[in-house]
Amino acid sequence: MDMILGVPIAVLAGQLLLGVINGAFYALLSLGLAVIFGLLKIINFAHGALYMLGALTTVVMFDAFGVNYWVSLFLAPILVGFVGVLIEYFLLRRIAHEDHIYSLLLTFGVALVIQGVLTNIYGVSGLRYSMPDVFRGGVNLGFMFLPYYRAWVIVIALLVCFGTWFMIEKTKLGSYLRAGTEDSQLMQGFGINVPLLVSLTYGFGVMLAAFAGVLAAPIYSVSPVMGGNLLIVVFAVVVIGGMGSIAGAVITGLLMGVIEGFTKVFYPEGASAVIFLVMVIVLLIRPSGLFGKEA
Amino acid sequence: MSNPVDREYEQLRISGLHAFYGESHILHGINIVVRRGELVTLLGRNGAGRSTTLKAIMNMVGKRTGSIMINGTDTLSCAPHQIARLGVGYCPEHRGIFASLNVQENLTLPPVVRSGGMGLEEIYNMFPNLYERRFSQGSKLSGGEQQMLAMARILRTGANMLLLDEITEGLAPVIVQKLGEVLMKLKAKGLTIILVEQNFHFAAPLADRHYVMEHGQIVEEISADELEAKQSLLNNYLGV
Repeated sequence: MDMILGVPIAVLAGQLLLGVINGAFYALLSLGLAVIFGLLKIINFAHGALYMLGALTTVVMFDAFGVNYWVSLFLAPILVGFVGVLIEYFLLRRIAHEDHIYSLLLTFGVALVIQGVLTNIYGVSGLRYSMPDVFRGGVNLGFMFLPYYRAWVIVIALLVCFGTWFMIEKTKLGSYLRAGTEDSQLMQGFGINVPLLVSLTYGFGVMLAAFAGVLAAPIYSVSPVMGGNLLIVVFAVVVIGGMGSIAGAVITGLLMGVIEGFTKVFYPEGASAVIFLVMVIVLLIRPSGLFGKEA
Repeated sequence: MSNPVDREYEQLRISGLHAFYGESHILHGINIVVRRGELVTLLGRNGAGRSTTLKAIMNMVGKRTGSIMINGTDTLSCAPHQIARLGVGYCPEHRGIFASLNVQENLTLPPVVRSGGMGLEEIYNMFPNLYERRFSQGSKLSGGEQQMLAMARILRTGANMLLLDEITEGLAPVIVQKLGEVLMKLKAKGLTIILVEQNFHFAAPLADRHYVMEHGQIVEEISADELEAKQSLLNNYLGV
């Protein structure tokens, strides 16, 4: 078997693929965080719980009503996004004028409540969700075996990330978001309904998290605690990429997934720590992050 | 704008306005009336409350009491975006050009609030520099270009009452002169303009009336034809 640096290519490629997939999830989640942070200046600690809600909704809707994967792909983000709009409207808006540390604590509390209630109902052992038949199997690329579903996750996640970037950078609605990020009060002075824009933006960021949750349902263990661990890593990704940078969130997400994958091959013990190591180094050298604007 | 301007129509009536930033009480019972098509200045030294008056009209300060009628509607309980939609165009002192948007995006950002605004072509004719730089990022503009853009941006929306805060501040004389020409054109079109201005020589030939502010109050109202007679009083207030 061919080897690179004493490692079989198949092993290397396999870990790389896993890395890219993890990276796709990091990218989707940190993208949502970046969108929310940009306009609301809120560090959304509820993001992991809302990602979990997307996955759990998918499983529960299938078990209870037989809602299939494709419908869930649209329906779950819409439902969870609506939950997000409610959270913004009834909770975050009331403390929007306070120091942002309060909204951080509030979203953290919301996450704990959602997680706690659902743990009570569903436990933590993980629910089964079988992937649609069309994704069974995979294709042999010669040097590795690529499961269809993993390929789909990478493609659709990248498409959604690109679509979001395009919407923010190239459209009229996106120009509202970018301008609102700079000076939302003046935007409102021009006649733009900023409170509505804030609600919708939070809802959209939450939809991205829920969408990642639906994608995760067939391959990760779905349980009420699935978002907690992931969120810490995603925060590290956001810090590395630079708070509020849209492209930075996506590129860094993928990059960190790959770095994690490589580390699993060459030094497995360090795999769970490597992202945080990168974070420390980036913070020391470039405190505003790789893609952040210098303060 | 083709309708004849009813110059008796009260576009803005501020009565007994108090405004606060947190605990600090900035405006102490202001009364101002501006009729349609008038160009009125707010003069005074720094910190007299002129910019705060404009912000208070836009509901961009903390607490406000009193009354602010725009076109006969009391706006004290209106959100800023609702006030803008009554036909008010606000140009802040810091100009508020969005650095991450290019010139054209900045220009087309504010939604149209009334019919009768200027088209892009008309605006580019008025400000040829902006046309040349229409794809430049807001952050790349000179101070003069930023100010032109900040003005142009509210002309497209059809706003018929403009609140302009220190538009000549820190600009080269040739640009100040250009802004003066623009204001004359807008006045001829029948727009109502409230101008906060440090540069009295810029404001004097343009304005119909002047309100002089001190310590958050209106201390003097001077019409254009009284200006000569009250010049020394005014100099006293402005500290020149």
